[in-house]
Amino acid sequence: MPGAQGGIDFLLEPYRVLDLTDERGLLAGKILADMGADVLQVEPLGGSPARNVGPFHGDDPQPEKSLFWWAYAANKRSITLNLEHKDGQELLKKLVAKADFLIESFSPGYLEGLGLGYEKLAEINPKLVMVSITPFGQDGPYSNYQATDIVGMALGGFMYLTGDDDRAPVRISFPHFYLHGGAAGATAAMLAHTYRVTSGQGQYVDVSCQQAVAKTLAHAPQIWDIEGAILKRQGVYRQTSGENRVRINWPCKDGYVNYMVQGGTVAYSTRALLDWMKEDKFDTADLDAVDWEKMGYGAITPELMAQLGGPLGDFFKGHTRAELVQGSLDRRILLFPVATPSALQGHPQLEARGYFREIEHPELGETVQYPGAFIKSGDGRDIAGVYRRPPLIGEHNVQVYQEEMGLSSSELETLKRSGVI
Amino acid sequence: MTAQQETNQTPGPGKPLDGVNVLDFCWVAVGPMTTKYLGEYGATVVRVESVKRPGTLRNAAPFRDGISGINRSGYFASYNANKMGITVDMRHPRARELMLRMAKWAHLVTENFTPGTMESWELGFDQLKEVNPGLVMFSTSMMGRGGPMERQPGFGPVLSSLVGLTNLTGWPDRDPVNPYGAYTDFIVPRFAVAAILAGLDRSRRTGEGVHIDMSQLETTLHFSAPVLLDYAVNNREQARAGNRDPGAAPHGAYLCSGNDRWLAIGCFSDQHWEGLQRTIAPDGKGWPYNPDFATLLSRKANEDELDHLLTDWTSSWEVGALMETLQSAGVPAGMVNDCRDLFEDAQLQHRGHFQWLDHPEIGPYATDTSEMVLSLSPGSLDTPAPLLGEHNSHVLKDLIGLTDEEYKSLEEDGVLE
Repeated sequence: MPGAQGGIDFLLEPYRVLDLTDERGLLAGKILADMGADVLQVEPLGGSPARNVGPFHGDDPQPEKSLFWWAYAANKRSITLNLEHKDGQELLKKLVAKADFLIESFSPGYLEGLGLGYEKLAEINPKLVMVSITPFGQDGPYSNYQATDIVGMALGGFMYLTGDDDRAPVRISFPHFYLHGGAAGATAAMLAHTYRVTSGQGQYVDVSCQQAVAKTLAHAPQIWDIEGAILKRQGVYRQTSGENRVRINWPCKDGYVNYMVQGGTVAYSTRALLDWMKEDKFDTADLDAVDWEKMGYGAITPELMAQLGGPLGDFFKGHTRAELVQGSLDRRILLFPVATPSALQGHPQLEARGYFREIEHPELGETVQYPGAFIKSGDGRDIAGVYRRPPLIGEHNVQVYQEEMGLSSSELETLKRSGVI
Repeated sequence: MTAQQETNQTPGPGKPLDGVNVLDFCWVAVGPMTTKYLGEYGATVVRVESVKRPGTLRNAAPFRDGISGINRSGYFASYNANKMGITVDMRHPRARELMLRMAKWAHLVTENFTPGTMESWELGFDQLKEVNPGLVMFSTSMMGRGGPMERQPGFGPVLSSLVGLTNLTGWPDRDPVNPYGAYTDFIVPRFAVAAILAGLDRSRRTGEGVHIDMSQLETTLHFSAPVLLDYAVNNREQARAGNRDPGAAPHGAYLCSGNDRWLAIGCFSDQHWEGLQRTIAPDGKGWPYNPDFATLLSRKANEDELDHLLTDWTSSWEVGALMETLQSAGVPAGMVNDCRDLFEDAQLQHRGHFQWLDHPEIGPYATDTSEMVLSLSPGSLDTPAPLLGEHNSHVLKDLIGLTDEEYKSLEEDGVLE
């Protein structure tokens, strides 16, 4: 059991999850696995299509080397199962009888077509919580639409608000559409589980990734509803009120920093930055004369921003990101790094909390540093986290089918021969 | 849930969190979005607020008719539906005694202050569990508890930068841009609710409470875990790529007719591309059939030219019509919805994404429902966000059981603001 050595158990240790998702839903089961649930990834023969998603270890595009798979299948066990085969369907039903959760991300109607829809599975196990994660939900006008990340980030309202105002809207270059739905799948599973605990009844849950993205837009929908205004993307700026906006991302010598000029209660930060600029022989007399202390949020006009932009930009370009971040810590300036992966690797706070964890990959003769737990207990103990390397294709077939379900070795051989596992 | 609660529970139709009591100190966005889910699914959520130091969102636009006011923020109203509110001066010497009584009533305490704030009121987990051993406490902060940066100030837009998402957003020939708004504030809550419910489950099974500490930085890194592994394993620093995708071409947002209208298109498979070819040139002739675009690899090699030609074609189309036309040809295509479009989006309407609540000062206002439909015990948003201090009397007398005299003395002493 993952948490035994820590003196406290992981939160979800008693529960088993059947994870039938592909790259469109892996995160849901990962979240439950990180909290200690026994998550069986049920893969098609030859392995999950998620194993085709890059990047790859050593840039070698093989199913056992997908870093996408590694990231979202760690902690899980893997069995292979051909759901389109009669014997495969029977095996799944046997697994369902002893499972607490089933999560899937097939197109709407696919499992029903195989006789494996919720109604059928609930006959076997009325306590089952079944979660479906799809781009738009199980029914409705878009339910059969073709969706990819960019299509979903567009329809969810995210893209219109992101990017430079003189170019096309942009998505995040690392796809997020299905991750929002996957995370929501874990939330949904736990809500239905909580109901099961008190009522004894399982149920079916239908998650929409589009809705999950539309819930990331802060107050932008309310601004349309209440003020009738449509917010637009602002590039490196942040809109503070009406026509006023302040720049938040700035290039420095070797990357970028996040700095927002502000007055009022944080005028001290602006003053400290102006003082630092004076050390670098910048003439800040005009900017020093501004009454920052009386400047409310949103009061920085486009004219003042233009006046600030030149000298501030030149100052930042004269320093490295590390110099600016350290100098700002020393001087109480509210400036932050635009972090790159290397900066996160050595991040002092992540190191102090022991966030990254070494996981052994014996098949490669390597250890790999994985992102760790998304929660700890308040006294620093592990109640969740990464503890098992991602499974090889069907790595746990014998363990699950033979040792746990009692199939004989000759039955396993028959299933293998006939393309079931 | 504690054993005590289980005995009070009547099985049958209802919501998953009926009977779960939440003492909610959360403020701004990440915490209130978390506890909004709890309220939507049946929990009794009581927000502790301050009149002297009202939460940031209470003063945040939008305001109906442009008139600001402590009860008039549409931002606050959206994230605090289905909650009750009480106003307490937490610096008052008697505030602690009142909060301990509430902690006895609660199954869950939530807070997203800078670490150390609850302890400064002597209301840390160790003190709370003395009065309620089965209590689950949920704390979330930018950086998590402990460590050299636990008290680092900041807010959502900053965290997008710290966590590396800004670095992954924007055009390669331009400066990176932030994903819209306080983006990480809306990634964290789903992990938070899952963790809270797992904590409540464990408390029910074991009788032992737990304090859950969630670093928003550590949680959000799960939304770029493969990027981190790419650095750890391959020493590669991924960066922004505009709208390009290594597995698809064409792939991007393409200009349509009208003002700032765009259609997202992504062709990953031959079928996707063939559907696009047929739609552009039903006669099987013309640029889509140029050998330069015959295979995915050749389309990737000639992607600038492809984007240029495709834009020439899309720019005469009305965006909604083109989405439907391409989808019926099997091509992944989606409108870049602006916020008005979201309200008119046929699928979001089908799902009942926006719901209207009637607020005494704001009037009818829209708020978003959760992205999941539970077949047996669905959530619902029934009451608008609380006015400041609206439920002082109801919560403290009817739920906590204070006598009239006790309540009056708290009022007179200024514990209740």
